[in-house]
Amino acid sequence: MQQEITPASKPSLKPKTLNQANAKGFNLHVNDKWYALAFLGPSVLILGVFVFYPMLRTLYLSLFLTNNVGRPTVFIGLKNYVNLLTSSAYQASLQATAVYVIGVVAFTLILGLLLAQMAVRKLAGIQWFRTIFSATMGVSVSVAAIFWLFIFSPSIGLFDQIGTLLHLPLVQWLTTPGPAMIAVIISTVWMNLGFTFLILFGALQMVPQPLYEAAAIEGASPSYQFFHVTLPMISPTLFFTSTVTLIGAFKSFGLIDLMTAGGPNNATNLMVYQVYRDAFLNGNYGLASAESVILAVIIALFTLLQFKFLEKRVTY
Amino acid sequence: MIQTKTRKPLRYLVLILLAIIILGPFILGFWTSLLPTADIAKGALWSTHISFANYAEAVKQTAILRYLLNSFVISTLTMAAQLLFCSLGAYAFVFLKFKGRDLLFYLILATMMLPFEAEVIPNFATVRQLNLLNHYAVMVIPFLTSAFGIFMLRQAFRQIPPELKEAADVEGLNHWQFYWRVTLPYARISLFTLAAYSFLESWNQYLWPMLTTFSDKFRPVQDGLRQLQSQETFNNWGMIQASAVIVVVPTLIVLFVGQHYFKNGLNEGATK
Repeated sequence: MQQEITPASKPSLKPKTLNQANAKGFNLHVNDKWYALAFLGPSVLILGVFVFYPMLRTLYLSLFLTNNVGRPTVFIGLKNYVNLLTSSAYQASLQATAVYVIGVVAFTLILGLLLAQMAVRKLAGIQWFRTIFSATMGVSVSVAAIFWLFIFSPSIGLFDQIGTLLHLPLVQWLTTPGPAMIAVIISTVWMNLGFTFLILFGALQMVPQPLYEAAAIEGASPSYQFFHVTLPMISPTLFFTSTVTLIGAFKSFGLIDLMTAGGPNNATNLMVYQVYRDAFLNGNYGLASAESVILAVIIALFTLLQFKFLEKRVTY
Repeated sequence: MIQTKTRKPLRYLVLILLAIIILGPFILGFWTSLLPTADIAKGALWSTHISFANYAEAVKQTAILRYLLNSFVISTLTMAAQLLFCSLGAYAFVFLKFKGRDLLFYLILATMMLPFEAEVIPNFATVRQLNLLNHYAVMVIPFLTSAFGIFMLRQAFRQIPPELKEAADVEGLNHWQFYWRVTLPYARISLFTLAAYSFLESWNQYLWPMLTTFSDKFRPVQDGLRQLQSQETFNNWGMIQASAVIVVVPTLIVLFVGQHYFKNGLNEGATK
């Protein structure tokens, strides 16, 4: 029935015959080349210039020595990579990034899950708590940095004031390596919590209630229910949240720049900060390109892992 | 049931404690923005001179309002462009038939793996050659579209029943008409989500504008705060906190107004 009607946009006979050959009747436009060009052209152009080309260019630059405006001068093969991976400064940066990423992911997930678990129960006024728990999603990186800079600032900051009250030794939070790392992890976790809470809260709400009722009838304790009902049910979301948080942590820059500038003594000199330093402060674009490639490979691997996993769960 | 009743006060206690931890930095920031800097410097958290003087000073002495305007312009333009170009792109991947469609889609999907942070070196060279430095354009043009947006809207457009498309073909609607009259209204929730997401994403940009803008005329708010903080160093905490509060209030409003859409979109992205 449908096949008898010719689409108005194709007045010639040719599409009709083609269409009749295609008995399904849905595949009316066999080739929409010009539409495709108009619809996709802008996106392809922008992604080509600002995503594809720079990827190849970064890869290319990483094999060269560069001049002070970032043009390649001498081909040196993999020398930049060899130099980086054998330099103790770069190893320290990788190590600092690992500590930071693990700390941020672990505490973001644990606290996010705690917030979500607390907010999912129905209680009077719970809506207020849900709104409050998602609030840090509206906080941008510089606002978070300024709020926490004040909290960690020497003597007038909240932590030092509490320490003084309790007669604890004063900690120079942002000027001692260990505490500085703790400070940037705390600030990042706080900033992440709103987003993580919203996602995990959404997942907890989707867990079918009868599962809990059945578990309760069987006499399962709340903690048993949590580990044997809740966690397995939300594991896809938990996995999604952890990779998003992890990728975000690898890309951290603003908070580091504002709070510690990579210091003290390079203790918080994370990977992106190192790229920025080598490229835009030291003018060593070849080396910074190699650092960018290493960063991109790490992030690409984790993103791929996430895609693979999500693909499997689509049927769920 | 009995168990939950006896645990109620405890549950509220934990909820309140968690709320204090989350709200603490906001409250402290807001509270100190009302105190004279001289008192803050002494470590006092109470003062007899509570006022909005720091706000007046921030507005008068710094370009904070200009930074806000800049960010608003940049984020709005970016959001509008992403809504348009991502939806057009997603439409092409769902409703158009052309050679290499799947290959192109996977290529675009693959770009989601590449962090912009790892590509700033060539991108900086590109915008310098295009003479875009220190202008709104430099913060909008690279972000006119996004692989994530195309991907998300493609998922949404795929939910459109094929019968609708068949009916439209029968009616003689061309692709532009179907895009505009059916696809966009059908996927409006996802479009709202992308709008909120792209706006906040642009608003939170830090590294890129820091590299590419050098004057208050175009500097967005994140780098504006950086500027204030480095100029004022640690001397004028009252005014810095007031500026931070001025910056956080609009995004909190956007968040709470758009919360419903945001939540839906995020959960869609997380489970699909």
